[in-house]
Amino acid sequence: MSKRTDSNGYTMIFAVIMVLVVGSLLAFLASSLKPNIDENKRIEKQQNILYAMGVNENEGTSANFVSTNVAGDMFQEYIKKQIVIEGNKISESQDAYLIDVKKQQANAKDGKVRKLPLFVGKKDGKTFYVAPIRGKGLWDAIWGYVALDENMIVQGAYFDHKGETPGLGANIKQRYFMDDFIGEHLMSDTGVFKGITVAKGNNDPKNEDKTDYEVDAIAGATITGDGVSAMIKKDLAMYVPYFKTLKK
Amino acid sequence: MGLLSKKDAKLITDPLADNNPITIQVLGICSALAITAELKASIVMAISVMFVLGLGNVVISLMRNIIPSKIRIIVQLIVVATLVIIVDLVLKAFAYELSKTLSVFVGLIITNCIIMGRFEAFALGNGPWRSFLDGIGNAVGYGVILIIVGFFRELLGAGTLLGYPVLGNPIPGELSGLYAYGYENNGFMLLSPMALIVVGILIWIQRSRNTSLIEEN
Repeated sequence: MSKRTDSNGYTMIFAVIMVLVVGSLLAFLASSLKPNIDENKRIEKQQNILYAMGVNENEGTSANFVSTNVAGDMFQEYIKKQIVIEGNKISESQDAYLIDVKKQQANAKDGKVRKLPLFVGKKDGKTFYVAPIRGKGLWDAIWGYVALDENMIVQGAYFDHKGETPGLGANIKQRYFMDDFIGEHLMSDTGVFKGITVAKGNNDPKNEDKTDYEVDAIAGATITGDGVSAMIKKDLAMYVPYFKTLKK
Repeated sequence: MGLLSKKDAKLITDPLADNNPITIQVLGICSALAITAELKASIVMAISVMFVLGLGNVVISLMRNIIPSKIRIIVQLIVVATLVIIVDLVLKAFAYELSKTLSVFVGLIITNCIIMGRFEAFALGNGPWRSFLDGIGNAVGYGVILIIVGFFRELLGAGTLLGYPVLGNPIPGELSGLYAYGYENNGFMLLSPMALIVVGILIWIQRSRNTSLIEEN
């Protein structure tokens, strides 16, 4: 028995209708939910920046942000200045945190001047300079925020990823890894930018030596770790000229 | 079982043991290897697959009489992909934290062979209610194995369960619990090959308990 659903005409019509229905359903959902999603992402950025400078609700070994409903107020309270560095030009902007690092990196590739946002925060009398970084892990993008003092010594770090392997590369957003960066120096005493390498050599497992420019890597996450080293070296190096002006 | 007839109940219980999608049909191995390094990821994946498979089976079952057989695989793929994207969007808008935990698995759910396998083998030929039960049953069967593998890999590989240290503190100088007696985590457990070995051991145990599962040569 030949079924009506076997004919070519029916198949074509079915395919077209299916694509139209599914396509418009998804397009409708995506555009109607977009404001919510964008708002969530905006708050998350504020939470990330605050986290890096130590404004968080960490307990035990878990990493916790300040809650979403107070993030905006806390951001206003702790972040004193938002700076945009554009070549030699330094300006202030209330929306510097909305600068899309990914877009700026692409701009830089096209030969345009990259806008570098830097957030100056104050907590307990101490000044923090929080810089965003972005790079590639094993599967997808990784990014983070690093809080520095005037001498480019790391005061706090937050890392995140889009799709690293759970239990391995995804552990870059675990406390034990992020906290290892605290106190690490980025610059040598002579003022040369060294960066921080996520190293496999286990010379300093307890991370007591803060001037070795190394932190302990995560077992089984070599490529993600290399990505973290690379984004720290590449993106933070661009802020060196600004930090040199602070010392004058 | 007042709610389910005996035949319907079998749809749920069969995939749990003697027709388990992973250990008997050897489907869905890719995700079972990739994400079982920690228990939490296993649980999240199990729940996600249950949702997509249960709902997807119903959708396919409702459409079974109008799907042109020539393009049925593509139609199935579109249904899975659509469901997964809808779930992802809704989570991103209303449960952002959870969506970040899940994001890794979204792609894996679409390509999970169990889902396509059940669409093709069951939902195309059965009614929505039975298809729903079949979907839930298979997802639970899949989830149980995932959780068992995740449990052993996280416990032996990292010494933690759901992120909580259960075997003591492994940091040199602050040793406590088992580590104080010289116990060491087995880092190899965190790598994918060990998932295969754990699944292999589960298959071995299952077949030695139920010899009717062993194929004759």
